[in-house]
Amino acid sequence: MYAYDEIDRTLINERVSEFRDQVKRRLSGELTEDEFKMLRLMNGVYLQLHAYMFRVAIPYGTLSADQMRKMAHVARRYDRGYGHFTTRQNIQFNWIKLADLPDALEDLAKVGIHAMQTSGNCTRNITTDQWAGVAPGEVEDPRIWCELLRQYSTMHPEFSFLPRKFKFAITASAHDRAAIKVHDIGLRLHKNDGGETGFEVLVGGGLGRTPFIGKTIKPFVPGRDLLSYVEAILRVYNQYGRRDNIYKARIKILVHELGIEKFAAEVEDEWLAMRDNALTLDDEVVEDIRSRFTYPHYKQLTDLPDELKAASADPHFEAWRLNSVAPHRRPGYSIVTLSLKPIGGPPGDATADQMDAIADLADKYSFGEIRVGHEQNLALPHVAQRDLPALWRALDKIGVATPNVNLVTDIIACPGLDYCSLANTRSIPIAQELTRRFANHDTANLIGRLHVNISGCINACGHHHVGHIGILGVEKNGEEFYQITIGGRADEHAVVGTLIGPAVPYADVADVVEDIVEAYLALRARPDELFIDAVKRLGVEPFKERVYATR
Amino acid sequence: MPLVKDGKIVGDSFIHVADDVEIPAEGAVLMSAARFLADPEALVGRNNPTAVIWPNNRDVDDLVPWLSKLAAVALVFPTFRDGRAYSQARLLRERYKYRGELRATGQVLRDQFVFMLRAGFDTFEVKKDADAEAFAATARRYTVFYQPTGDGRITALHRRMQQRHQAESANP
Ligand code: HEM
Ligand code: SF4
Repeated sequence: MYAYDEIDRTLINERVSEFRDQVKRRLSGELTEDEFKMLRLMNGVYLQLHAYMFRVAIPYGTLSADQMRKMAHVARRYDRGYGHFTTRQNIQFNWIKLADLPDALEDLAKVGIHAMQTSGNCTRNITTDQWAGVAPGEVEDPRIWCELLRQYSTMHPEFSFLPRKFKFAITASAHDRAAIKVHDIGLRLHKNDGGETGFEVLVGGGLGRTPFIGKTIKPFVPGRDLLSYVEAILRVYNQYGRRDNIYKARIKILVHELGIEKFAAEVEDEWLAMRDNALTLDDEVVEDIRSRFTYPHYKQLTDLPDELKAASADPHFEAWRLNSVAPHRRPGYSIVTLSLKPIGGPPGDATADQMDAIADLADKYSFGEIRVGHEQNLALPHVAQRDLPALWRALDKIGVATPNVNLVTDIIACPGLDYCSLANTRSIPIAQELTRRFANHDTANLIGRLHVNISGCINACGHHHVGHIGILGVEKNGEEFYQITIGGRADEHAVVGTLIGPAVPYADVADVVEDIVEAYLALRARPDELFIDAVKRLGVEPFKERVYATR
Repeated sequence: MPLVKDGKIVGDSFIHVADDVEIPAEGAVLMSAARFLADPEALVGRNNPTAVIWPNNRDVDDLVPWLSKLAAVALVFPTFRDGRAYSQARLLRERYKYRGELRATGQVLRDQFVFMLRAGFDTFEVKKDADAEAFAATARRYTVFYQPTGDGRITALHRRMQQRHQAESANP
């Protein structure tokens, strides 16, 4: 974990006091809603269908148990007793009062949590692999660089009023769990032939109404040059990004309109003019940040302890273990994913009581650390394997041990019409219906890895383009219809899915998904050919046929 | 619109000259970029201060040859959401070492003062009286800065290094 020092804490407190003043000026009418809007957005406050929505940052998805308890407190004290974990490693509260917000922020600030830049046209929360620092085979812990970028981008004097929002994601693993190819800037930490650590920089990825997969702008930028290179990109974007049309204002459109070569040349010119400026990171500074990340005092343990072998006789435990427990870089330890996708529940929701319980379990079993992933699940990153049986029983009791991680019921969904003022259609009820359809664990397990993503409108908050099965709600003559895409993915082989045919009405969506899954089961070459691979091999035709033959 | 310069509300010493009005021989004048670029040599050759309003969609490179002779450059925030002038300001100050007055105009509100000061602005045409009056307090609101800019404030990263070095020299 990274420990905020007096310097970081001072800034957060100064920000809270500024926001308190801004809310006061809004409530007294000194600020118009239009003026206030940008300011509140930069503190994560949206005006939604029913109330203000409050989005709190979880920088690079790492939370301490105390921070989680504070989230529970905010949920209980200022909201309706629950929060919603999102695809960008944030948490949202849906029912908060404007007048309460400064107090909520002040409470969060006590544990080093804030809502800075969780919205607005600035650099948003920096996200990464939820297994950062513990995944086997990682180049190094990417969170050191996330933290450097977090500091660099927080209240940036030049880039707080960009043409549009700006999102970074970093991975340091061969298997990309951070979806870097669908971010404005994606960073892949790797070592070059000389053994030096640096970044492949991708730019211009993003979903929304015009989805793009990010393109490599530079294969290797040394760590020391990361900030200056990023500043060059942001400066080119700030100056030349379109501001005449918000739908064309993202950097992906600029990159697309100029072409990556031309854009890269602009960035290179800008970078060469400033590369050796004060942004260059010397090793001492990087080491200083690194030294403020603390790691657990792991015990000397061995893999597969007797406690684990004994527990494996219980088929329920074993089903959960096979699904939710991943290898750790240290022997005798595991990474445990907590599913926030119970059958019939809204994806990503957690109650205050669950949050408190998870915090206690993190203290007991995971050195007080919790992670949030973009799939809207949580993880405990350092669990001794011998504790897995006891942890499982405790997780099961609070409803976060559904063994469905990466299966068809592990659905990513945006809030849709239930909360969102931009929505055309519902998302959550579709997710709930689908989880009921596929509730049988054996069936879901037989199907294997299959990501379903649902968005309630073209903005693509549910990442539907990169779902193996993507569901996008569109409105037609006042009725809810859904377009279905297949074959999308958000990992290192990211692609945008292909539309299989005309949109279907609300009532048919679950049937259509079932048809697609049945077609896959009938067509797959072997039981271990994943859905996504079968779609790649077969194309959309056979799926289209199966779905539309009878409709 | 109140003008804040060096932290205080002041009167404007520049006469704003519209494009169709003849430029007076005397006095400090502020004019559009188009007007200025029509005959820059003559305009910087006046014996009185000349200043330009530079639009935010035009490369500041075009202004660079004249910078050392300009008394002020006014950059424009057509709305407070349009942040192009922040980049222009930093380029003028940091890359092109412009030392004259750098003025923020347009939708200039108190919530941007810190950003603007850090980007290199020293003069502000503030939209609201109350904001101009709150300038000094608002400008002092933050004491921690994460990024190095031309305003010379020490960044958090470097402050930490200083603290570390001090601690080390105290306990060698
Ligand atoms: C409830 C209030 C919300 C509103 C008003 C909202 C609004 C938007 C809008 C307008 C966009 C499109 C931006 C663009 O492409 O230029 C967007 C994109 C996005 N939103 Fe939301 N959103 C909301 C909630 C959420 C939630 C709950 C999540 C996560 C579960 C989320 C995650 C995302 C993501 C990941 C994108 C990225 C699309 C991309 O990569 O370009 N949003 N949102
Ligand atoms: S995809 Fe649309 S409906 Fe869903 S949260 Fe985003 S803006 Fe709202």
